[in-house]
Amino acid sequence: MSIKNMTKEKNWSGQTMVSADHLLFEAPREKHFMTGSEVLKEAMKRCTVDASVSYPITPQSEAAHLIGELWAEGYVGTYFRGENEFGVMSSVAGCAMAGARTVTTTSGPGTLRAMENFPMWSGTRIPCQLVLMARGINSPLTIQPDNLEVSFLLETGCMIWYAENVQELFDMSIAAFIVAEMPDVHVPIITAVDGFFVSHTRESVMLPADDIALFPYNPYKAPLPPIDSEMPPGRFLRDPFVMKSNYISYATHASWQWEVRSAADRSRPYAKHFLKGLVHVTGDLDAEIVFVACGTASHQAKEANRELTKMGIKSKVVKLRTIRPFPHAELLEETKSAKYIFVPEFNIVGWLDKEVTQTLYGKSEAKIIGRPRVAGGMSMPVEAILKEVLENVKKGA
Amino acid sequence: MSVDIYKINPEFRDIMPKEILDLEDNATWEGEKRGINDLTDKKEILEEHSLCAGCPEAAALRYILASLPTPSETVIVNSTGCTSLMFPHIALHTVHSLFGNQNAVASGIKRVLDWRFPDKTKDVVVLAGDGATIDIGLDYTLQSFFRQEKITTICFDNEVYANTGGQESGSTPKGQVFKMAPKGKVFDKVPMWELAVTSGVQYSVKLTASAPKSVAKVVREAILIARELGPTYIHLYTPCILEIGLDANEGLWEMKEQDKDRFVSFKYVSPEAEEYLKNCKKEGIL
Repeated sequence: MSIKNMTKEKNWSGQTMVSADHLLFEAPREKHFMTGSEVLKEAMKRCTVDASVSYPITPQSEAAHLIGELWAEGYVGTYFRGENEFGVMSSVAGCAMAGARTVTTTSGPGTLRAMENFPMWSGTRIPCQLVLMARGINSPLTIQPDNLEVSFLLETGCMIWYAENVQELFDMSIAAFIVAEMPDVHVPIITAVDGFFVSHTRESVMLPADDIALFPYNPYKAPLPPIDSEMPPGRFLRDPFVMKSNYISYATHASWQWEVRSAADRSRPYAKHFLKGLVHVTGDLDAEIVFVACGTASHQAKEANRELTKMGIKSKVVKLRTIRPFPHAELLEETKSAKYIFVPEFNIVGWLDKEVTQTLYGKSEAKIIGRPRVAGGMSMPVEAILKEVLENVKKGA
Repeated sequence: MSVDIYKINPEFRDIMPKEILDLEDNATWEGEKRGINDLTDKKEILEEHSLCAGCPEAAALRYILASLPTPSETVIVNSTGCTSLMFPHIALHTVHSLFGNQNAVASGIKRVLDWRFPDKTKDVVVLAGDGATIDIGLDYTLQSFFRQEKITTICFDNEVYANTGGQESGSTPKGQVFKMAPKGKVFDKVPMWELAVTSGVQYSVKLTASAPKSVAKVVREAILIARELGPTYIHLYTPCILEIGLDANEGLWEMKEQDKDRFVSFKYVSPEAEEYLKNCKKEGIL
């Protein structure tokens, strides 16, 4: 396999290259039955991926080796196992800086080991994709699903999207490259799912044929030149900022931090198009009881909505698809009718509750209840959500 | 690409600083004869650096840049420390990302350049200090050797964390008093040049920067071997004159002293690399 096999119509593995709109919205789809790990392989197979670097950690290992199989099958340009997650995320940075469409995966302790890399990724403006299959990070050792790790990633400057299920993981992980690579965005993207609940659960999923794929990444549209000695270098400085303690140095660092965040903000219209909205709303649109959730917690909230409907109680679910940038305007709009806002979460700290509270502070009369919260791998039974709702509404009445 | 990408747009020449124009007009970009002999009357691929007066690392950097076989196709990967003060002045594609991850970043870059440009030769050279190479980045240095990444790693060993104010490093000799070792360092200097051999490099050389021609020779050999065979390692003594209490004109003297002591010459060349170098000589590349 060689990049030289690529033609105007076909990528190096012989797939016909199509627009993201065609791949995501127009191409006919067929029903399959697969896990989140398997569907990620199918998504990456259709993304004309140049590079991937992997490291084993439960529950993302299977996804990482399936991407390796894609390399062996001739779909991915280069692939190797790195030494640990810090090294892997650094190698991913190297791959992306050198002009590659790059993907990697990790979970829980791996995310924290790699942590120093993520603000470096965004500061370097590389459009790589990390598929995060969230797992607990506490001691004693746990491998159970828990999304506490996402709270550590919120201020890294990377975009964060959250998929609810296998289907959404497929569509999101394709759209993620397209949005991250937009020249006016061009920041890394983290596509998160709840480990095990999505990575290991087999579900029905609609997939387009595998003989079509995205056009390759064009690094020469990037806001920073790729490190490939093919175009003038962009980092030659007479006065490196690291050495200066003066206004120009401070202003440079400050304005770059603003720019990285503004770049992520500029992804909103693209994300709105490719994800069909930054939020997805189900249930009674004018309900006073509103669930705000992401990932599999939103699935459980939808179950609670169905049970409440049977009891004659109106409710609605606002599922957040993007966490960074945070969908402030959408959340304000969708909670206008709310008297009670429940934020069910799979972590102990309630990071999404904090985000919701901060967004609505001074702008909503609703009572925000950051419960139920489950952690350490516990499931979130619908009964737990119903109990919170019924107790609070009763108190309120 | 070619040297053309480093040329200034003619319309901007009238507003460019003189030293940048010099860089284009008088630097030794290409040509079979480029080498350290150019240093007497040409400008290196380097703008004014910001290291201390008389710093041997600055001299070594000039020798290295003058010895690159194909600068216009060379990517330099740096790390944090005194080297991070030099890299922005190098007029090539350079990367600084974090402290210690240089060989992991270089691995990614090299693999992708090989994938994207199958018909070209692109050299990836790591320049980092002893803290970055041997302490915080040891895992990544050695793992890139294990994986046989086709990159050249050059360690500027000044035997101390100089940029943070003079703390002991793994490369500090035993007994030396530095900050964080107020009673003297209790363990031996890490023999990185030997670890490199055990870890599978094709070429490992320890030397000081006292003799420019020796530095130039090993840099050229190391890069040529890395292109074809696998990882190469150069361990270069560039003392921190500030931290060991020498004057600006005493660096060379210190390196010459150490040529006979801790930095007595060490050279390992794998049998394959030996054969390859012979061929290079025959073909006139060396």
